[in-house]
Amino acid sequence: MSTATRPARTAHRTAAPPARFRDLLAAEWIKLWSLRSTYGSLAVITVSALLFSARAALADHRNWPDYSAERRAFFAPVGDAFPEEGWLFVVLAAGSVGAVMIASEYASGQIRTTFAAVPARRSVAAAKVVVLAAVMTAVGALASGGAFWLSQAILADRHAGASIADPGALRAVVASALLVPVCALAGLGIGALVRHTAPAIVTTTAVLLLLPLAFDTRHRWTAAVNHALPVPAWERLVEIVPFPNYDGWVATIPTSWTVFAGWSLTATLATLIALHHRDP
Amino acid sequence: MSLGTTTGRPPRGSVNRMIELRDLTKRYGRTTAVDRLTLTVRPGHVTGFLGPNGAGKSTTLRLVLGLHRPTSGTVTVDGTPFADRPRGLRHVGALLDAGDAHGGRSALAHLSALARSNGIPRARAVAVLREVGLADVARRRIGAFSLGMRQRLGIAAALLGDPPVLLFDEPFNGLDPEGVRWVRALFRRLAAEGRTVLVSSHLMSEMEQTADHLVVIGRGELIADESLAGFAARVGPAGVTVRTPDPAALTTVLRAEGGAVRAGADGSLVVGGLAAARIGDLACAGGIPLHELAPHTVSLEEAFMDLTADRVDYPAGGRR
Repeated sequence: MSTATRPARTAHRTAAPPARFRDLLAAEWIKLWSLRSTYGSLAVITVSALLFSARAALADHRNWPDYSAERRAFFAPVGDAFPEEGWLFVVLAAGSVGAVMIASEYASGQIRTTFAAVPARRSVAAAKVVVLAAVMTAVGALASGGAFWLSQAILADRHAGASIADPGALRAVVASALLVPVCALAGLGIGALVRHTAPAIVTTTAVLLLLPLAFDTRHRWTAAVNHALPVPAWERLVEIVPFPNYDGWVATIPTSWTVFAGWSLTATLATLIALHHRDP
Repeated sequence: MSLGTTTGRPPRGSVNRMIELRDLTKRYGRTTAVDRLTLTVRPGHVTGFLGPNGAGKSTTLRLVLGLHRPTSGTVTVDGTPFADRPRGLRHVGALLDAGDAHGGRSALAHLSALARSNGIPRARAVAVLREVGLADVARRRIGAFSLGMRQRLGIAAALLGDPPVLLFDEPFNGLDPEGVRWVRALFRRLAAEGRTVLVSSHLMSEMEQTADHLVVIGRGELIADESLAGFAARVGPAGVTVRTPDPAALTTVLRAEGGAVRAGADGSLVVGGLAAARIGDLACAGGIPLHELAPHTVSLEEAFMDLTADRVDYPAGGRR
Protein backbone atom coordinates (compact mmCIF):
# COMPACT_ATOMS: atom_id res chain seq x y z
CA MET A 1 0.00 0.00 0.00
CA SER A 2 2.71 2.45 0.90
CA THR A 3 4.68 1.80 -2.26
CA ALA A 4 1.77 2.51 -4.59
CA THR A 5 1.46 6.20 -3.86
CA ARG A 6 4.97 7.35 -3.30
CA PRO A 7 5.41 11.08 -3.04
CA ALA A 8 5.34 12.93 -6.31
CA ARG A 9 9.07 13.16 -6.82
CA THR A 10 10.71 15.78 -8.93
CA ALA A 11 11.98 13.16 -11.32
CA HIS A 12 8.58 11.62 -11.64
CA ARG A 13 6.87 14.89 -12.41
CA THR A 14 9.44 16.37 -14.73
CA ALA A 15 9.44 13.06 -16.58
CA ALA A 16 5.75 13.54 -17.37
CA PRO A 17 5.31 12.88 -21.08
CA PRO A 18 4.12 15.68 -23.33
CA ALA A 19 0.41 15.89 -24.03
CA ARG A 20 0.04 13.58 -27.02
CA PHE A 21 -3.11 13.43 -29.10
CA ARG A 22 -2.61 9.73 -29.74
CA ASP A 23 -2.95 9.09 -25.99
CA LEU A 24 -6.43 10.60 -26.22
CA LEU A 25 -7.19 8.42 -29.25
CA ALA A 26 -6.08 5.34 -27.30
CA ALA A 27 -8.21 6.39 -24.31
CA GLU A 28 -11.32 6.84 -26.48
CA TRP A 29 -10.54 3.51 -28.14
CA ILE A 30 -10.49 1.80 -24.72
CA LYS A 31 -13.71 3.57 -23.72
CA LEU A 32 -15.51 2.56 -26.93
CA TRP A 33 -14.54 -1.09 -26.70
CA SER A 34 -15.24 -1.42 -22.98
CA LEU A 35 -18.99 -0.88 -23.44
CA ARG A 36 -21.20 -3.81 -24.30
CA SER A 37 -23.58 -1.61 -26.29
CA THR A 38 -20.79 -1.03 -28.84
CA TYR A 39 -20.56 -4.73 -29.64
CA GLY A 40 -24.35 -5.00 -29.88
CA SER A 41 -24.65 -2.06 -32.25
CA LEU A 42 -21.77 -3.17 -34.46
CA ALA A 43 -23.29 -6.66 -34.62
CA VAL A 44 -26.63 -5.15 -35.67
CA ILE A 45 -24.87 -3.19 -38.43
CA THR A 46 -22.99 -6.11 -39.96
CA VAL A 47 -25.61 -8.81 -39.41
CA SER A 48 -28.54 -6.79 -40.75
CA ALA A 49 -26.50 -5.63 -43.75
CA LEU A 50 -25.59 -9.22 -44.65
CA LEU A 51 -28.93 -10.86 -43.84
CA PHE A 52 -31.16 -8.39 -45.66
CA SER A 53 -28.96 -8.35 -48.75
CA ALA A 54 -28.93 -12.16 -48.80
CA ARG A 55 -32.71 -12.20 -48.42
CA ALA A 56 -33.22 -9.72 -51.30
CA ALA A 57 -30.79 -11.63 -53.54
CA LEU A 58 -32.40 -14.98 -52.70
CA ALA A 59 -35.85 -13.61 -53.58
CA ASP A 60 -34.65 -12.48 -57.02
CA HIS A 61 -32.76 -15.74 -57.43
CA ARG A 62 -35.95 -17.70 -56.74
CA ASN A 63 -38.19 -15.56 -58.96
CA TRP A 64 -35.68 -15.10 -61.79
CA PRO A 65 -37.18 -17.77 -64.10
CA ASP A 66 -40.55 -15.97 -63.93
CA TYR A 67 -39.15 -12.52 -64.80
CA SER A 68 -40.05 -11.13 -68.21
CA ALA A 69 -37.30 -10.18 -70.65
CA GLU A 70 -38.08 -6.50 -70.05
CA ARG A 71 -37.80 -6.90 -66.28
CA ARG A 72 -34.51 -8.75 -66.62
CA ALA A 73 -33.21 -5.94 -68.82
CA PHE A 74 -34.07 -3.33 -66.17
CA PHE A 75 -32.93 -5.50 -63.25
CA ALA A 76 -30.38 -3.69 -61.02
CA PRO A 77 -28.46 -6.37 -59.12
CA VAL A 78 -26.64 -3.80 -56.94
CA GLY A 79 -30.01 -2.89 -55.46
CA ASP A 80 -30.14 -6.31 -53.82
CA ALA A 81 -26.92 -5.56 -51.97
CA PHE A 82 -28.40 -2.51 -50.27
CA PRO A 83 -32.12 -3.06 -49.67
CA GLU A 84 -33.52 -0.08 -47.82
CA GLU A 85 -35.41 -2.09 -45.19
CA GLY A 86 -32.16 -3.66 -44.05
CA TRP A 87 -30.07 -0.50 -44.15
CA LEU A 88 -32.56 1.33 -41.97
CA PHE A 89 -31.34 -0.96 -39.19
CA VAL A 90 -27.79 -0.05 -40.10
CA VAL A 91 -28.62 3.67 -39.94
CA LEU A 92 -30.39 3.23 -36.60
CA ALA A 93 -27.51 1.31 -35.01
CA ALA A 94 -24.80 3.59 -36.42
CA GLY A 95 -26.58 6.72 -35.24
CA SER A 96 -27.05 5.17 -31.79
CA VAL A 97 -23.35 4.35 -31.39
CA GLY A 98 -22.47 7.98 -32.01
CA ALA A 99 -25.24 9.36 -29.80
CA VAL A 100 -24.42 6.98 -26.93
CA MET A 101 -20.68 7.69 -27.15
CA ILE A 102 -21.13 11.23 -25.93
CA ALA A 103 -24.61 11.44 -24.37
CA SER A 104 -24.04 8.55 -21.96
CA GLU A 105 -20.84 10.25 -20.85
CA TYR A 106 -22.79 13.36 -19.91
CA ALA A 107 -25.72 11.44 -18.45
CA SER A 108 -23.50 9.34 -16.18
CA GLY A 109 -21.28 12.21 -15.01
CA GLN A 110 -18.28 10.49 -16.60
CA ILE A 111 -17.67 13.68 -18.59
CA ARG A 112 -16.55 15.52 -15.41
CA THR A 113 -13.98 12.80 -14.74
CA THR A 114 -12.88 12.99 -18.37
CA PHE A 115 -12.47 16.78 -18.37
CA ALA A 116 -10.76 16.80 -14.97
CA ALA A 117 -8.21 14.39 -16.48
CA VAL A 118 -8.00 16.23 -19.81
CA PRO A 119 -8.90 19.91 -19.45
CA ALA A 120 -8.27 20.39 -23.20
CA ARG A 121 -11.88 19.75 -24.12
CA ARG A 122 -11.54 20.29 -27.86
CA SER A 123 -8.83 17.63 -27.96
CA VAL A 124 -11.21 15.22 -26.21
CA ALA A 125 -13.92 16.05 -28.75
CA ALA A 126 -11.51 15.63 -31.67
CA ALA A 127 -10.33 12.26 -30.34
CA LYS A 128 -13.93 11.06 -30.09
CA VAL A 129 -14.62 12.16 -33.67
CA VAL A 130 -11.51 10.45 -35.04
CA VAL A 131 -12.01 7.17 -33.18
CA LEU A 132 -15.71 7.00 -34.00
CA ALA A 133 -15.20 7.86 -37.68
CA ALA A 134 -12.37 5.34 -38.06
CA VAL A 135 -14.16 2.46 -36.34
CA MET A 136 -17.45 3.10 -38.11
CA THR A 137 -15.78 3.42 -41.51
CA ALA A 138 -14.11 0.05 -40.98
CA VAL A 139 -17.39 -1.52 -39.87
CA GLY A 140 -19.23 0.18 -42.74
CA ALA A 141 -16.70 -1.17 -45.25
CA LEU A 142 -17.09 -4.64 -43.81
CA ALA A 143 -20.91 -4.47 -43.90
CA SER A 144 -21.11 -2.85 -47.31
CA GLY A 145 -18.43 -4.99 -48.98
CA GLY A 146 -19.84 -8.14 -47.38
CA ALA A 147 -23.39 -7.33 -48.45
CA PHE A 148 -22.26 -6.63 -52.02
CA TRP A 149 -20.18 -9.79 -52.28
CA LEU A 150 -22.84 -12.02 -50.70
CA SER A 151 -25.78 -10.75 -52.78
CA GLN A 152 -23.87 -10.77 -56.07
CA ALA A 153 -22.54 -14.27 -55.39
CA ILE A 154 -26.12 -15.47 -54.96
CA LEU A 155 -27.27 -13.67 -58.13
CA ALA A 156 -24.26 -14.94 -60.09
CA ASP A 157 -25.91 -18.32 -59.99
CA ARG A 158 -28.52 -16.82 -62.38
CA HIS A 159 -25.81 -14.94 -64.30
CA ALA A 160 -27.46 -11.76 -63.00
CA GLY A 161 -24.80 -10.63 -60.52
CA ALA A 162 -22.90 -7.37 -60.88
CA SER A 163 -19.15 -6.90 -60.74
CA ILE A 164 -17.57 -4.14 -58.68
CA ALA A 165 -16.28 -2.80 -62.02
CA ASP A 166 -19.84 -2.33 -63.33
CA PRO A 167 -21.04 1.26 -63.65
CA GLY A 168 -22.15 2.61 -60.29
CA ALA A 169 -21.32 -0.53 -58.34
CA LEU A 170 -18.23 0.83 -56.62
CA ARG A 171 -20.05 4.09 -55.92
CA ALA A 172 -22.86 2.16 -54.22
CA VAL A 173 -20.43 0.13 -52.11
CA VAL A 174 -18.44 3.21 -51.03
CA ALA A 175 -21.58 5.23 -50.32
CA SER A 176 -23.02 2.43 -48.19
CA ALA A 177 -19.74 2.05 -46.30
CA LEU A 178 -19.58 5.80 -45.65
CA LEU A 179 -23.24 6.00 -44.63
CA VAL A 180 -22.21 4.26 -41.39
CA PRO A 181 -19.67 6.87 -40.17
CA VAL A 182 -21.85 9.73 -41.48
CA CYS A 183 -24.80 8.52 -39.38
CA ALA A 184 -22.54 7.84 -36.39
CA LEU A 185 -21.08 11.36 -36.55
CA ALA A 186 -24.59 12.82 -36.88
CA GLY A 187 -25.48 10.88 -33.71
CA LEU A 188 -22.33 12.20 -31.99
CA GLY A 189 -23.17 15.80 -32.84
CA ILE A 190 -26.77 15.40 -31.70
CA GLY A 191 -25.61 13.61 -28.53
CA ALA A 192 -23.23 16.49 -27.75
CA LEU A 193 -26.12 18.94 -28.02
CA VAL A 194 -28.82 16.88 -26.27
CA ARG A 195 -26.57 15.28 -23.58
CA HIS A 196 -29.12 12.73 -22.34
CA THR A 197 -28.87 9.20 -23.67
CA ALA A 198 -32.46 8.32 -24.54
CA PRO A 199 -33.45 11.72 -25.97
CA ALA A 200 -30.21 11.74 -27.99
CA ILE A 201 -31.02 8.37 -29.57
CA VAL A 202 -34.62 9.39 -30.28
CA THR A 203 -33.54 12.70 -31.83
CA THR A 204 -30.89 11.00 -33.94
CA THR A 205 -33.42 8.44 -35.18
CA ALA A 206 -35.93 11.17 -35.95
CA VAL A 207 -33.39 13.21 -37.91
CA LEU A 208 -31.95 10.28 -39.85
CA LEU A 209 -35.04 8.17 -40.48
CA LEU A 210 -38.21 10.21 -39.93
CA LEU A 211 -37.24 13.58 -41.37
CA PRO A 212 -36.88 12.18 -44.93
CA LEU A 213 -40.49 10.97 -44.70
CA ALA A 214 -41.69 14.44 -43.74
CA PHE A 215 -40.19 16.09 -46.83
CA ASP A 216 -41.29 14.59 -50.13
CA THR A 217 -39.56 15.20 -53.45
CA ARG A 218 -42.59 16.40 -55.40
CA HIS A 219 -42.14 20.05 -54.50
CA ARG A 220 -38.98 21.97 -55.06
CA TRP A 221 -38.44 23.20 -51.51
CA THR A 222 -39.35 20.02 -49.67
CA ALA A 223 -37.17 18.17 -52.17
CA ALA A 224 -34.27 20.49 -51.32
CA VAL A 225 -34.58 19.54 -47.62
CA ASN A 226 -35.01 15.87 -48.49
CA HIS A 227 -31.90 15.89 -50.67
CA ALA A 228 -29.88 17.53 -47.90
CA LEU A 229 -30.50 14.58 -45.54
CA PRO A 230 -27.99 11.73 -45.31
CA VAL A 231 -30.32 8.77 -45.92
CA PRO A 232 -31.91 10.21 -49.11
CA ALA A 233 -28.39 11.13 -50.27
CA TRP A 234 -27.32 7.53 -49.72
CA GLU A 235 -30.41 6.27 -51.61
CA ARG A 236 -29.41 8.44 -54.55
CA LEU A 237 -25.81 7.18 -54.48
CA VAL A 238 -26.73 3.48 -54.48
CA GLU A 239 -29.35 3.94 -57.21
CA ILE A 240 -27.92 2.53 -60.43
CA VAL A 241 -30.94 2.71 -62.72
CA PRO A 242 -33.39 5.55 -61.94
CA PHE A 243 -37.03 4.60 -61.72
CA PRO A 244 -38.70 5.16 -65.08
CA ASN A 245 -41.34 7.91 -65.19
CA TYR A 246 -40.27 9.29 -61.78
CA ASP A 247 -41.99 12.66 -61.35
CA GLY A 248 -40.10 14.03 -58.33
CA TRP A 249 -36.97 16.14 -58.08
CA VAL A 250 -33.74 14.15 -58.22
CA ALA A 251 -30.49 15.23 -56.56
CA THR A 252 -27.23 15.04 -58.51
CA ILE A 253 -24.51 12.58 -57.53
CA PRO A 254 -22.03 15.32 -56.55
CA THR A 255 -24.72 16.98 -54.43
CA SER A 256 -25.28 13.70 -52.59
CA TRP A 257 -21.58 13.28 -51.87
CA THR A 258 -21.52 16.86 -50.64
CA VAL A 259 -24.38 16.07 -48.27
CA PHE A 260 -22.32 13.24 -46.77
CA ALA A 261 -19.36 15.56 -46.30
CA GLY A 262 -21.51 18.39 -45.01
CA TRP A 263 -23.16 16.28 -42.32
CA SER A 264 -19.83 14.88 -41.17
CA LEU A 265 -18.26 18.31 -40.99
CA THR A 266 -21.23 19.95 -39.29
CA ALA A 267 -21.51 17.17 -36.74
CA THR A 268 -17.77 17.40 -35.99
CA LEU A 269 -17.97 21.16 -35.49
CA ALA A 270 -21.09 20.83 -33.33
CA THR A 271 -19.27 18.30 -31.14
CA LEU A 272 -16.15 20.46 -30.81
CA ILE A 273 -18.11 23.61 -30.01
CA ALA A 274 -20.62 21.98 -27.66
CA LEU A 275 -17.98 20.16 -25.63
CA HIS A 276 -15.79 23.22 -25.38
CA HIS A 277 -18.39 25.81 -24.48
CA ARG A 278 -21.01 24.04 -22.40
CA ASP A 279 -19.98 23.26 -18.86
CA PRO A 280 -20.63 19.71 -17.70
CA MET B 1 -0.41 15.03 14.45
CA SER B 2 2.65 16.73 13.02
CA LEU B 3 1.08 19.67 11.36
CA GLY B 4 2.55 21.00 8.18
CA THR B 5 5.70 18.93 8.27
CA THR B 6 6.76 17.06 5.21
CA THR B 7 8.56 13.78 5.32
CA GLY B 8 11.93 14.67 3.97
CA ARG B 9 10.68 16.38 0.86
CA PRO B 10 10.74 20.13 1.04
CA PRO B 11 8.48 21.87 -1.46
CA ARG B 12 10.44 22.44 -4.61
CA GLY B 13 11.44 25.71 -6.21
CA SER B 14 8.72 27.32 -8.25
CA VAL B 15 6.15 24.66 -7.51
CA ASN B 16 4.02 26.20 -4.82
CA ARG B 17 1.24 23.58 -4.98
CA MET B 18 -1.25 26.03 -3.59
CA ILE B 19 -4.85 26.44 -4.60
CA GLU B 20 -5.50 30.16 -4.76
CA LEU B 21 -8.94 31.70 -5.06
CA ARG B 22 -9.16 35.46 -5.62
CA ASP B 23 -12.58 37.12 -5.40
CA LEU B 24 -14.00 34.00 -6.97
CA THR B 25 -17.66 34.47 -7.86
CA LYS B 26 -20.06 32.19 -9.67
CA ARG B 27 -23.65 33.06 -10.44
CA TYR B 28 -26.23 30.86 -12.10
CA GLY B 29 -28.91 33.24 -13.26
CA ARG B 30 -29.93 35.14 -10.12
CA THR B 31 -28.46 32.59 -7.73
CA THR B 32 -25.02 33.36 -6.38
CA ALA B 33 -23.38 30.02 -5.68
CA VAL B 34 -19.95 31.38 -4.77
CA ASP B 35 -19.58 34.96 -3.57
CA ARG B 36 -16.19 36.75 -3.74
CA LEU B 37 -14.32 33.88 -2.19
CA THR B 38 -10.66 34.63 -1.46
CA LEU B 39 -8.74 31.73 -0.08
CA THR B 40 -5.41 29.96 -0.19
CA VAL B 41 -5.20 26.23 0.37
CA ARG B 42 -1.67 25.24 1.37
CA PRO B 43 0.36 22.09 0.97
CA GLY B 44 1.19 19.80 3.87
CA HIS B 45 -2.25 20.06 5.42
CA VAL B 46 -5.54 18.29 5.18
CA THR B 47 -7.85 21.25 4.72
CA GLY B 48 -11.45 20.57 5.65
CA PHE B 49 -13.89 22.46 3.43
CA LEU B 50 -17.09 22.78 5.40
CA GLY B 51 -20.48 24.24 4.85
CA PRO B 52 -24.15 23.31 4.98
CA ASN B 53 -25.85 21.76 1.98
CA GLY B 54 -25.95 24.23 -0.87
CA ALA B 55 -23.18 26.39 0.59
CA GLY B 56 -21.22 26.29 -2.68
CA LYS B 57 -18.59 23.68 -1.84
CA SER B 58 -19.09 21.51 -4.91
CA THR B 59 -19.35 24.55 -7.15
CA THR B 60 -16.06 25.85 -5.75
CA LEU B 61 -14.33 22.54 -6.42
CA ARG B 62 -15.69 22.51 -9.97
CA LEU B 63 -14.38 26.02 -10.48
CA VAL B 64 -10.95 24.90 -9.24
CA LEU B 65 -11.00 22.15 -11.86
CA GLY B 66 -12.16 24.46 -14.62
CA LEU B 67 -15.30 22.39 -15.14
CA HIS B 68 -17.30 25.55 -14.57
CA ARG B 69 -16.06 29.00 -15.50
CA PRO B 70 -16.16 31.73 -12.86
CA THR B 71 -18.46 34.71 -13.36
CA SER B 72 -15.62 36.84 -11.99
CA GLY B 73 -12.42 36.40 -10.03
CA THR B 74 -9.71 33.82 -10.56
CA VAL B 75 -8.69 30.43 -9.29
CA THR B 76 -5.29 28.89 -9.87
CA VAL B 77 -3.50 25.70 -8.90
CA ASP B 78 0.29 25.89 -8.80
CA GLY B 79 -0.11 29.40 -10.17
CA THR B 80 -1.94 28.30 -13.32
CA PRO B 81 -5.64 28.09 -14.11
CA PHE B 82 -6.28 24.35 -14.25
CA ALA B 83 -8.24 24.59 -17.51
CA ASP B 84 -5.08 25.86 -19.25
CA ARG B 85 -3.31 22.55 -18.72
CA PRO B 86 -3.61 20.08 -21.59
CA ARG B 87 -3.58 17.11 -19.17
CA GLY B 88 -4.65 17.19 -15.56
CA LEU B 89 -4.04 13.98 -13.65
CA ARG B 90 -0.40 14.69 -12.77
CA HIS B 91 -1.33 18.12 -11.41
CA VAL B 92 -4.61 17.64 -9.57
CA GLY B 93 -6.36 14.43 -8.55
CA ALA B 94 -10.05 14.81 -7.83
CA LEU B 95 -12.98 12.84 -6.55
CA LEU B 96 -15.97 15.04 -7.28
CA ASP B 97 -18.83 12.59 -7.17
CA ALA B 98 -18.62 8.86 -6.74
CA GLY B 99 -21.17 8.55 -9.53
CA ASP B 100 -18.97 10.29 -12.10
CA ALA B 101 -18.12 7.09 -13.97
CA HIS B 102 -19.93 5.21 -16.72
CA GLY B 103 -21.71 2.28 -15.07
CA GLY B 104 -21.26 0.05 -18.10
CA ARG B 105 -17.47 -0.15 -17.83
CA SER B 106 -15.32 -2.25 -15.55
CA ALA B 107 -13.29 -0.45 -12.89
CA LEU B 108 -10.09 -1.44 -14.68
CA ALA B 109 -11.28 -0.21 -18.09
CA HIS B 110 -12.40 3.07 -16.51
CA LEU B 111 -9.01 3.69 -14.90
CA SER B 112 -7.06 2.35 -17.90
CA ALA B 113 -8.74 4.87 -20.20
CA LEU B 114 -8.10 7.71 -17.73
CA ALA B 115 -4.47 6.67 -17.29
CA ARG B 116 -3.92 6.35 -21.02
CA SER B 117 -5.34 9.80 -21.73
CA ASN B 118 -2.60 11.25 -19.51
CA GLY B 119 0.22 9.03 -20.70
CA ILE B 120 0.27 7.08 -17.43
CA PRO B 121 1.20 3.38 -17.70
CA ARG B 122 -1.64 0.88 -17.30
CA ALA B 123 0.24 -0.80 -14.44
CA ARG B 124 -0.50 2.30 -12.38
CA ALA B 125 -4.26 1.67 -12.80
CA VAL B 126 -3.79 -1.81 -11.42
CA ALA B 127 -1.68 -0.43 -8.55
CA VAL B 128 -4.21 2.17 -7.42
CA LEU B 129 -7.03 -0.39 -7.60
CA ARG B 130 -4.98 -2.57 -5.25
CA GLU B 131 -4.30 0.40 -3.01
CA VAL B 132 -8.01 1.23 -2.57
CA GLY B 133 -8.93 -2.42 -2.06
CA LEU B 134 -10.78 -2.99 -5.34
CA ALA B 135 -8.29 -5.39 -6.96
CA ASP B 136 -10.70 -8.32 -6.64
CA VAL B 137 -13.53 -6.51 -8.42
CA ALA B 138 -11.36 -4.77 -11.05
CA ARG B 139 -13.19 -6.47 -13.91
CA ARG B 140 -16.70 -6.00 -12.55
CA ARG B 141 -18.99 -3.39 -14.03
CA ILE B 142 -19.02 -0.14 -12.06
CA GLY B 143 -22.82 -0.16 -12.29
CA ALA B 144 -22.84 -3.12 -9.90
CA PHE B 145 -20.71 -1.28 -7.31
CA SER B 146 -22.04 -0.04 -3.97
CA LEU B 147 -21.64 3.65 -3.12
CA GLY B 148 -18.67 2.84 -0.89
CA MET B 149 -16.96 0.94 -3.70
CA ARG B 150 -17.56 3.84 -6.07
CA GLN B 151 -16.01 6.22 -3.54
CA ARG B 152 -12.95 3.97 -3.46
CA LEU B 153 -12.86 3.93 -7.26
CA GLY B 154 -13.08 7.73 -7.30
CA ILE B 155 -10.20 7.91 -4.83
CA ALA B 156 -8.22 5.50 -7.02
CA ALA B 157 -8.79 7.81 -10.00
CA ALA B 158 -7.60 10.80 -7.94
CA LEU B 159 -4.39 8.96 -7.02
CA LEU B 160 -3.73 7.81 -10.59
CA GLY B 161 -1.43 10.65 -11.61
CA ASP B 162 0.41 10.81 -8.26
CA PRO B 163 -0.59 14.50 -8.11
CA PRO B 164 0.69 17.15 -5.67
CA VAL B 165 -2.82 18.55 -5.20
CA LEU B 166 -5.88 16.45 -4.34
CA LEU B 167 -9.56 17.40 -4.06
CA PHE B 168 -12.20 15.20 -2.48
CA ASP B 169 -15.88 16.16 -2.45
CA GLU B 170 -17.78 14.38 0.35
CA PRO B 171 -15.49 11.33 0.24
CA PHE B 172 -16.96 9.73 3.36
CA ASN B 173 -20.45 9.19 1.94
CA GLY B 174 -21.28 5.53 1.76
CA LEU B 175 -18.05 4.30 3.34
CA ASP B 176 -18.14 1.71 6.10
CA PRO B 177 -16.30 2.48 9.39
CA GLU B 178 -13.18 0.65 8.20
CA GLY B 179 -13.34 2.66 4.99
CA VAL B 180 -13.66 5.94 6.90
CA ARG B 181 -10.60 5.09 9.00
CA TRP B 182 -8.65 4.10 5.92
CA VAL B 183 -9.57 7.31 4.08
CA ARG B 184 -8.57 9.45 7.07
CA ALA B 185 -5.19 7.74 7.28
CA LEU B 186 -4.75 8.15 3.52
CA PHE B 187 -5.51 11.88 3.64
CA ARG B 188 -3.09 12.44 6.51
CA ARG B 189 -0.39 10.50 4.72
CA LEU B 190 -0.91 12.46 1.49
CA ALA B 191 -0.64 15.72 3.45
CA ALA B 192 2.42 14.47 5.32
CA GLU B 193 4.04 13.80 1.95
CA GLY B 194 3.75 17.51 1.30
CA ARG B 195 0.68 17.43 -0.89
CA THR B 196 -2.22 19.85 -0.79
CA VAL B 197 -5.34 17.97 0.31
CA LEU B 198 -8.75 19.65 0.23
CA VAL B 199 -11.65 17.60 1.59
CA SER B 200 -15.21 18.89 1.55
CA SER B 201 -17.89 17.80 3.96
CA HIS B 202 -21.12 19.04 5.47
CA LEU B 203 -20.40 17.23 8.75
CA MET B 204 -17.96 18.71 11.25
CA SER B 205 -17.74 15.36 13.01
CA GLU B 206 -16.05 13.92 9.92
CA MET B 207 -13.59 16.78 9.69
CA GLU B 208 -12.72 16.85 13.38
CA GLN B 209 -10.66 13.70 13.08
CA THR B 210 -9.40 14.29 9.54
CA ALA B 211 -8.50 17.90 8.92
CA ASP B 212 -5.95 20.12 10.60
CA HIS B 213 -7.12 23.26 8.86
CA LEU B 214 -10.69 24.39 8.34
CA VAL B 215 -12.35 26.51 5.72
CA VAL B 216 -16.02 27.16 6.41
CA ILE B 217 -18.36 28.68 3.86
CA GLY B 218 -22.07 29.42 3.92
CA ARG B 219 -24.15 30.68 1.01
CA GLY B 220 -21.02 31.00 -1.06
CA GLU B 221 -19.24 33.30 1.41
CA LEU B 222 -16.19 32.60 3.53
CA ILE B 223 -17.07 32.30 7.24
CA ALA B 224 -13.89 30.89 8.74
CA ASP B 225 -10.38 30.01 7.57
CA GLU B 226 -8.23 28.82 10.45
CA SER B 227 -6.51 25.83 12.00
CA LEU B 228 -8.61 23.18 13.69
CA ALA B 229 -6.82 23.99 16.96
CA GLY B 230 -7.66 27.67 16.57
CA PHE B 231 -11.27 26.89 15.84
CA ALA B 232 -11.48 24.62 18.88
CA ALA B 233 -9.87 27.27 21.12
CA ARG B 234 -12.40 29.83 19.98
CA VAL B 235 -15.18 27.50 21.01
CA GLY B 236 -13.81 27.01 24.54
CA PRO B 237 -15.47 25.34 27.53
CA ALA B 238 -19.16 25.99 27.90
CA GLY B 239 -19.60 25.46 31.64
CA VAL B 240 -19.62 23.02 34.52
CA THR B 241 -22.61 21.01 35.69
CA VAL B 242 -22.78 20.72 39.48
CA ARG B 243 -25.15 18.66 41.61
CA THR B 244 -25.46 19.28 45.34
CA PRO B 245 -28.10 18.68 48.08
CA ASP B 246 -27.72 22.36 49.06
CA PRO B 247 -27.90 24.41 45.86
CA ALA B 248 -28.75 27.67 47.61
CA ALA B 249 -25.57 27.66 49.71
CA LEU B 250 -23.36 26.68 46.78
CA THR B 251 -24.90 29.33 44.55
CA THR B 252 -24.08 32.01 47.15
CA VAL B 253 -20.48 30.83 47.50
CA LEU B 254 -19.90 30.61 43.73
CA ARG B 255 -21.49 33.97 42.95
CA ALA B 256 -19.27 35.55 45.58
CA GLU B 257 -16.31 34.26 43.57
CA GLY B 258 -17.62 35.71 40.30
CA GLY B 259 -19.25 32.56 38.91
CA ALA B 260 -22.34 32.74 36.70
CA VAL B 261 -24.80 30.25 38.13
CA ARG B 262 -28.09 29.16 36.64
CA ALA B 263 -30.42 26.25 37.23
CA GLY B 264 -29.85 23.27 35.01
CA ALA B 265 -32.00 20.24 34.35
CA ASP B 266 -33.46 18.26 37.32
CA GLY B 267 -32.05 20.31 40.13
CA SER B 268 -28.48 20.65 38.87
CA LEU B 269 -26.60 23.94 38.54
CA VAL B 270 -24.73 25.09 35.47
CA VAL B 271 -21.78 27.28 36.35
CA GLY B 272 -19.90 29.54 34.00
CA GLY B 273 -16.73 31.55 34.56
CA LEU B 274 -15.17 29.13 37.06
CA ALA B 275 -13.12 26.01 36.39
CA ALA B 276 -14.36 22.69 37.73
CA ALA B 277 -11.38 22.41 40.13
CA ARG B 278 -12.05 25.85 41.61
CA ILE B 279 -15.74 24.98 42.13
CA GLY B 280 -14.74 21.77 43.92
CA ASP B 281 -12.27 23.64 46.14
CA LEU B 282 -14.84 26.31 47.03
CA ALA B 283 -17.48 23.70 47.89
CA CYS B 284 -15.00 21.85 50.06
CA ALA B 285 -13.95 25.02 51.86
CA GLY B 286 -17.63 25.86 52.49
CA GLY B 287 -18.42 22.34 53.70
CA ILE B 288 -20.99 21.85 50.94
CA PRO B 289 -21.23 18.26 49.68
CA LEU B 290 -21.01 17.72 45.90
CA HIS B 291 -22.68 14.78 44.13
CA GLU B 292 -21.55 15.65 40.64
CA LEU B 293 -18.98 17.95 39.08
CA ALA B 294 -18.84 17.69 35.29
CA PRO B 295 -17.20 20.18 32.94
CA HIS B 296 -18.54 20.09 29.41
CA THR B 297 -17.41 21.71 26.21
CA VAL B 298 -19.37 22.79 23.22
CA SER B 299 -18.61 20.29 20.48
CA LEU B 300 -17.07 21.53 17.26
CA GLU B 301 -20.23 20.33 15.62
CA GLU B 302 -22.30 22.72 17.76
CA ALA B 303 -19.88 25.55 17.12
CA PHE B 304 -20.10 24.85 13.38
CA MET B 305 -23.89 24.85 13.59
CA ASP B 306 -23.84 28.18 15.45
CA LEU B 307 -21.45 29.65 12.92
CA THR B 308 -23.53 28.66 9.93
CA ALA B 309 -26.98 28.91 11.50
CA ASP B 310 -27.94 32.08 9.67
CA ARG B 311 -26.57 30.80 6.37
CA VAL B 312 -28.36 27.50 6.05
CA ASP B 313 -30.27 27.37 2.79
CA TYR B 314 -32.50 24.46 3.59
CA PRO B 315 -33.25 24.41 7.36
CA ALA B 316 -35.55 21.64 8.53
CA GLY B 317 -38.83 22.97 9.98
CA GLY B 318 -38.43 26.46 8.59
CA ARG B 319 -35.84 29.16 9.13
CA ARG B 320 -34.69 29.80 12.67
